[in-house]
Amino acid sequence: MSQPGGRAASAPLMGREIEPTIFELSSPGRSAYQLRTTGVEALDLTSVVPGEYVREEPVRLPEVSERDLVGHVTRLSHRQFSVDLGFYPLGSCTMKYNPKIADWVTGLEGLNSVHPGVPSELCQGWLELMVDLEERLCAVTGMAAATLQPAAGAAGELTGLLLMRAYHESRHDQRRRVLIPDSAHGTNPASVTLGGYEVTTIPSGPDGLVDVAALKAALGDDVAGIMLTNPNTAGLFEENIVEIAEAVHGVGGLLYYDGANLNAILGVVRPGDMGFDIVHMNLHKTFATPHGGGGPGAGPVAVAEHLAPFLPGPQPAREGDHFVWRSPEHSIGRVHGWHGNALVLARALAYIEVHGGDGLRRVAERAVLNARYLQARLADTLPAAYEGPCMHECVLTAKGLKDETGVRGLDVAKALLEHGFHAPTVYFPLIVEEALMFEPTETESRETIDALVDALRSIAEQSVRDPDGVRAAPRSTPVRRLDEARAARQLVATEDAAHR
Amino acid sequence: MADYLPHTDTDLREMLAFLGLESLDELFAHIPEALRLTHALATPEGLSEPDVAARFQDLAALNQARSSRTVCFAGAGAYDHTVPPVVTSLGSRSEFVTAYTPYQPEVAQGVLQAVFEYQSMVSRLFGLEVANASLYDGATGLVEALNMAHGSTGRSRMVISQGVHPHWRQVVKTFARGTGYEIVEVPLVNGVTDWSGVDLGEAAAVVVAYPNVLGAIEEVGAPMNLAHAHGALGVVCANPVALGVLRSPGDFGADVVVGEGQPFGTALSFGGPYLGLFACTMEQIRRLPGRIVGETLDLEGRRAFVTTLRAREQDIRREKATSNICSNQTLMAITASIQLSYLGPRGLYEVAARSAAGAHHLAARLSEIPGVSLVSDAPFLHEFALRLPVSAHRVVHEMAAEGLLAGVALDHLSEGESCGVRDPETVLLVAVTEKRTREEMDSYVDVMKKVVA
Repeated sequence: MSQPGGRAASAPLMGREIEPTIFELSSPGRSAYQLRTTGVEALDLTSVVPGEYVREEPVRLPEVSERDLVGHVTRLSHRQFSVDLGFYPLGSCTMKYNPKIADWVTGLEGLNSVHPGVPSELCQGWLELMVDLEERLCAVTGMAAATLQPAAGAAGELTGLLLMRAYHESRHDQRRRVLIPDSAHGTNPASVTLGGYEVTTIPSGPDGLVDVAALKAALGDDVAGIMLTNPNTAGLFEENIVEIAEAVHGVGGLLYYDGANLNAILGVVRPGDMGFDIVHMNLHKTFATPHGGGGPGAGPVAVAEHLAPFLPGPQPAREGDHFVWRSPEHSIGRVHGWHGNALVLARALAYIEVHGGDGLRRVAERAVLNARYLQARLADTLPAAYEGPCMHECVLTAKGLKDETGVRGLDVAKALLEHGFHAPTVYFPLIVEEALMFEPTETESRETIDALVDALRSIAEQSVRDPDGVRAAPRSTPVRRLDEARAARQLVATEDAAHR
Repeated sequence: MADYLPHTDTDLREMLAFLGLESLDELFAHIPEALRLTHALATPEGLSEPDVAARFQDLAALNQARSSRTVCFAGAGAYDHTVPPVVTSLGSRSEFVTAYTPYQPEVAQGVLQAVFEYQSMVSRLFGLEVANASLYDGATGLVEALNMAHGSTGRSRMVISQGVHPHWRQVVKTFARGTGYEIVEVPLVNGVTDWSGVDLGEAAAVVVAYPNVLGAIEEVGAPMNLAHAHGALGVVCANPVALGVLRSPGDFGADVVVGEGQPFGTALSFGGPYLGLFACTMEQIRRLPGRIVGETLDLEGRRAFVTTLRAREQDIRREKATSNICSNQTLMAITASIQLSYLGPRGLYEVAARSAAGAHHLAARLSEIPGVSLVSDAPFLHEFALRLPVSAHRVVHEMAAEGLLAGVALDHLSEGESCGVRDPETVLLVAVTEKRTREEMDSYVDVMKKVVA
């Protein structure tokens, strides 16, 4: 039963029945499509295309009626957890409520029907929207200029690293290494490699913060820069950031801000004021654009003045009372086929316009309050991995529980599914044993968080009494735990492979 | 003030009291004081939702190229195909829209199965054994294909036809700044790639577009054979709608096929979010970028789906990962699978064939106008390059005033990249989809006559 304050009912998903694939539902001769009557005469393709290029058989797509298609996709949707359905405290992912006004904006014909290859005079509204968003993002981050092209956070990271490279090369300064804390997201080191740099890993201290002495020891004039997340992936604010910035700048390196956790500091402190030169933002986290089951996201990058000439182009720009495309003087070039994930950008601007500067600060305050309240309420059940005050997310450890009962962090996460909540992020950051990372976000009520606490306490109690019962969870979800080794060993990634 | 925060004053007071705090500001007391903002962000005051809606309506009205003002004959990588209500409706179900990456498969079977079905369709369309769960767009898909070729061959020399979309080549060059690839471009002659005289020694990849940016249907088998003869991977950038009538690139020996999936159910959207289609041979599976969904069983023996071969990915392999991609374009992939199911085999064929019929009708009529001709006599389907007696930009501008988006001016698109055509400022790329009526085309021809006269 649903609780006041929005707690999802336990086991909220229907869909215990296995759903056939759309191919299994297919029946030869059935169809759904309807096309416009155009008055254009049919064309004998063989008269215009050489025979060796003409397909002999149509593509083997499903043959279904519209009604069957709707039934299939709707039943699949009943086998899927989502923010709209219930609490999704997945750490590092900022699964906040996605306001519907942003959906509505993307439905505007004047935005979604515009071809991306039109000259600027035919898309003034889009250019104004993009310039407005760039200005808002620069205000939030304390930066001078921005690009909206990167399609996701990782694309933003790689763009930022290429900006770093272009900056150093413009000064005839060959550099080789980028420093990354051991608590970083995996995208950071992967992006560094693609940026043509080598990774030097910096250890974290026992307090969960970057070990400043180790960082200084790793610095040298071959260091292109450092990538930091602040608050970091342990949910802690890197309090020595000014000292770190001075040290990195001291050897001629640049500071890259991974914006994964920007939600914690909106209107409180800005990356630019901390000394960062390059910032990427995940609009699909901080600015509430929905995640779409894995994407689309958007990963704009904002930079300090000295990096602006290298930004990707073309860029939307204000020129008097109208808007034009312009390429920065030393642009690294395009990082997207067109102008970025435009409709995602529109959603983010709508979110920012509703909140305003004050509203964004309230977002950060409530996000931190919720996380710290959750952490404090769980102190005697699942202790925090570090002593410092957490920001927008808390990293707890199930090590004690595992030592006592044999129930692992993963088991706790799976048992939470049984209680109707999405699981936290598990086993990340890598430096914490049996890590459970919870990010409640600001849009969840106190009652919802209290309900999560009750569920976790009940799981902890069951772990003592009936550890096998916890390890067998979940039971009432659409499917139970999977044989993941089998999926990799006998790869079946297509319908054809399934029936080979 | 409008927002989406549920906390009452009582909630705030009691939660703070539980933490031993007296104010929300104290939550940030450990942040160095010198860094903390003492003023509000320099952004406008928050607005109510109706006010924001009005603002966006005003912005939308400023876009003259919107469909209610101009009939779209533009293509060049983004196409105005039919998106039926059922696809929009299903593709905007909040269970898909507001879910995260399917890290907990027990409660993510909806997304996982939909992506499995998508992979199955892309695999059949491209004629290759495996497809991934999507990439950002066609351009970054090509970048990933080159990274795969580098990983597979150990070489860094990328040989790319100038028939590949100029933006895609620009994106390739941007990312080559990091990976250090050498990019060798192969020119076009009469609208198709001239592979003679190209040095393929030490090539990692040979890349051809099918059809190419001028709309020409290029030979695919020959460059694939050339690639294999030199130990390189053969990569095809395919227009996915054209494959409704054209043979799959896999049939011609392609190792990797990438494409822009926007035509499958995604509106023009000013260029995004679109969909990077990616498929390859089983031989390359360990180098596949991004996620892939596989079938397995749950502990009761029921069929289920899960992301698999995860050891390639950034969160596990870190600096040795096959790609840095994490977020992809899952929602567009799900939408594409719904659109393809809606169309079915005959519907996809019809879309491609009707688009081609319209394009050939229009091209024939336009060629009758003095001074107007086709750039190439190579075969084409639903897109062609038109040589004009005046600047293509001027034609786009003047025809827009008459309610027609005439196409994409080639020099506006190419931004300095060569597309293998002389005098690109007088070349207009025109695309016709199954949506364009004979009346719209008649009107196009009449206006064009006036504009070039």
